[in-house]
Amino acid sequence: MTDLVVKACGPGTSIQDQGRFGWQKYGLGPAGAMDRPAQAQANALVGNGPGAGCIELALAGARFVVEGGSCRIALAGADMPLKIDGTVTAPLTAATVQAGQTIDVGTARRGQFGYLAVAGGFALTAVLGSVALHMKAAIGGIDGRAFRPGDRLPLLMAQPSGPDLAAERALAPYIGPIRVLLGPQEDYFTSAGLATFLSATYTITPNADRMGIRLTGPKIEHGPKGYNIVSDGIATGAIQVPGNGEPIILLADRQTTGGYPKIANVISADLGRLSQMRPGDSFSFTQVSRADAIAALRSQQTALEEFRANLRPSGAASLDSARLLSLNLIDGWVKGE
Amino acid sequence: MSDASAQTPPRILSSGDSALVVELGDTIDPAINARIIALDAAFAAARIPGVVETVTTYRSLLVQFDPLVIDFESVAAHAVALTAAAGAATIRSRRWKVPVVYGGDFGIDLDDVAARHKITTREVVRRHSSVVYRVYAIGFMPGYTYLGGLDQSIATPRRMEPRLMTPAGTISIGGIQALVAGDAMPSGWHLLGRTPVKTFVATREPPVLFVPGDEVVFEPIDAALWAPLSARAQDGDPIAEVIAS
Repeated sequence: MTDLVVKACGPGTSIQDQGRFGWQKYGLGPAGAMDRPAQAQANALVGNGPGAGCIELALAGARFVVEGGSCRIALAGADMPLKIDGTVTAPLTAATVQAGQTIDVGTARRGQFGYLAVAGGFALTAVLGSVALHMKAAIGGIDGRAFRPGDRLPLLMAQPSGPDLAAERALAPYIGPIRVLLGPQEDYFTSAGLATFLSATYTITPNADRMGIRLTGPKIEHGPKGYNIVSDGIATGAIQVPGNGEPIILLADRQTTGGYPKIANVISADLGRLSQMRPGDSFSFTQVSRADAIAALRSQQTALEEFRANLRPSGAASLDSARLLSLNLIDGWVKGE
Repeated sequence: MSDASAQTPPRILSSGDSALVVELGDTIDPAINARIIALDAAFAAARIPGVVETVTTYRSLLVQFDPLVIDFESVAAHAVALTAAAGAATIRSRRWKVPVVYGGDFGIDLDDVAARHKITTREVVRRHSSVVYRVYAIGFMPGYTYLGGLDQSIATPRRMEPRLMTPAGTISIGGIQALVAGDAMPSGWHLLGRTPVKTFVATREPPVLFVPGDEVVFEPIDAALWAPLSARAQDGDPIAEVIAS
């Protein structure tokens, strides 16, 4: 039996999978990884299906010691340095860690959320179909809470088999404004308000967490119907505009219903890169068609399938400049530069 | 309810690439809410491939779907057809009795609400606990139960400054609505009391007690009962009782 023992971690370190569905009608939001494509990459590198629970690291790093047996790990998402017993590992490359060795993940140099996957996954009890921690609701994760030093995470696999894999290429980043579909309450805004929303630059405030991101920037003007609606359902990525005119984007640990009009919804394909932005980062919104949104999601899924199909044993993975350049492009995810 | 409202076609609103909203009105109305509950049941029974889950509210149903499996137009067509077919099916409604300790540390806004309406605290409690509420929706956070039927004479606009934290099980009013809270959360509503009842327990089967369409009545209890009832609730006793169905 192999355990991962938490020696140090940031306050937002938790277990996340692809979310918990079917309970929103009772008020429990989906939770799940903030950057689902990144989480799927970490899982792919260790041979897991995309739905396996990973450790989500929020900006801060963490330190773990492996006990009992060996394990295979991989890190994806935010650019965080990974060391095993002090030796730096290559990015997007799985590594086998022996009993007694220390895994050190450093603070994110770029981005916000890193995903540490272990081959075979963690032996945690799913709550309502998922191991994901919903922080506000205190459901899932380890006893309904985030990690604390001293926590011991049992692994399902005692020792990994076969070679460690590495990615030949990182996913090509999408660069540009955050893409949205208007609605459901775009009729609560004046045409000037809509024009502001689709042209202005907004900055992420420090008030950003797994529940949502509060933005600051030019005020979005409401129409004569005001800014209160009879509470309505919320989808992940919904952009609500309360009375002060500054948008709030609702994310994984969001509430399930709300009483502010929602001007638009971030397309699914952009939720990951949005989540990787930090307080102080600025961006603008652009309206796209439903067909564009679906095409973006489909191409993201295809890219993930290719990522998985093109994994190579880490010894054989080329360390040529093209690969390193592609791995560096992870940075492009973050800023949309 | 009238035939006319049963015939009203729904408004279908876009809610991103993976969800749409079926809106049957924009008011708090038991007839509209009954149609939403019936539509939700119809969606569940239809088991449409690609439909992930639904969220019922007072007056709308959010339908979440996988857009790589089913497209918006198809989900919308299902929604229109199911709305027409479902009507406002009779709901199997239960009436729950929910014990509440009013006032003091359990309901720190009771005095303010009484003063605002120029009545005694005892009268606020009487008006709050002498009506039958209807459960319109569960939302916001787990087990947050939104009720209609508040005595309009104690309706109170929300606080200008929301409180950063209010206790689990808080019984509050906001505008014309009443609420049974789940876990501790920030809130801008007025806190009249607290119930030991846990509205959502992830490990309970089913996790929720109250569902939309149910009825709730509040029973004032003495503060001395708080500790023993809370202990029982902690051990899994629902505390709330079904008194009619």
